[in-house]
Amino acid sequence: MSVAEGHLGSDGATHWREERRAIVVNAIGVGVAVAAYGVSFGAISVTGGLSVLQTQVLSALMFTGGSQFALVGVLIAGGGAISAVATSVMLGFRNAFYALAMAPLLQVRGLRRLAAAQLTIDESTAMAVGRSVEHDGGRAARLAFWATGTSVFVFWNLATLLGALGANALGDPKIWGLDAAIPAGFIALVWPRLNDRRSWTIGLAAAAVALALTPFLRPGVPVLLTSVVAVVAGVLAVGKREES
Amino acid sequence: MSATWWAVILATLGCYAAKIGGHSVPERLLGRPLVREISDALPVALLMALVAVQTFAVGQTLVLDARAAGLAGAVVALLLRAPFLVVVIVAAATAAAFRHLGWAV
Repeated sequence: MSVAEGHLGSDGATHWREERRAIVVNAIGVGVAVAAYGVSFGAISVTGGLSVLQTQVLSALMFTGGSQFALVGVLIAGGGAISAVATSVMLGFRNAFYALAMAPLLQVRGLRRLAAAQLTIDESTAMAVGRSVEHDGGRAARLAFWATGTSVFVFWNLATLLGALGANALGDPKIWGLDAAIPAGFIALVWPRLNDRRSWTIGLAAAAVALALTPFLRPGVPVLLTSVVAVVAGVLAVGKREES
Repeated sequence: MSATWWAVILATLGCYAAKIGGHSVPERLLGRPLVREISDALPVALLMALVAVQTFAVGQTLVLDARAAGLAGAVVALLLRAPFLVVVIVAAATAAAFRHLGWAV
């Protein structure tokens, strides 16, 4: 910001400086909170048999926690590569909708668009949509997106490395109960989404379908087939809305 | 190249395709209500299915072992609004304790 700008609109400029600081502090806070997932992910992935490099590639290049946990979880459970990839990509599909919401706000092209896409995740989108765009044309929301995305990227990758290297020293995962850490990670990921009766119905129906199919199908396939539950729920929701 | 590397690379490409797709495709393609509703429900269904299978299955066999105790511990921690790392540690410690005390395998 130039001196002239600060002089001309000193109230507005001071306000923006304060808002900017608050956004950056929030972004760092979210990054630190997410680091806890990152440590768990690194540890679970490496104790499950992936290499430190594979684990780190996922955090740097895939960079979407639920999908990373899903890929590693299905592979560890012996579900095979195809089921693991399909489950992981389906979970990552929600980012397309975050991107759809962020595109008009960010208005980026070329390399900046490629970077914005990589940083389009739960946290960066949530922090950006939490800010009103009316009074400043989206300046604060854009900063919230980039600052949160960057902060989460840095903390997530450092935490993954820490967890991966730490887990190498742990030995047998069962002694430490680390096999129970995987479902605990998934329930913690889904918990904030279980905020109404409909979500609980969808979630419990999917859990029941997955368990009912487990004895009959290859590991990994039952989880994949619960996507049908989501399709049914979607069709019912749209049908109900059209009725009313 | 190992199957694990292929899985890592393909899933990474697929997830990035979803991100860049949302930034690039016209809104009318992804903005349809049905697509939106399904994609809202998808994470809940898949994650809860993963919770169930990773807790109660070994391969194609359904089992009740120390992981169930771990999951119960995790739910209690979540109800008490514990942060992510605490939830995971509580689950692991509960499962490890059940095994150590001989209450579960």
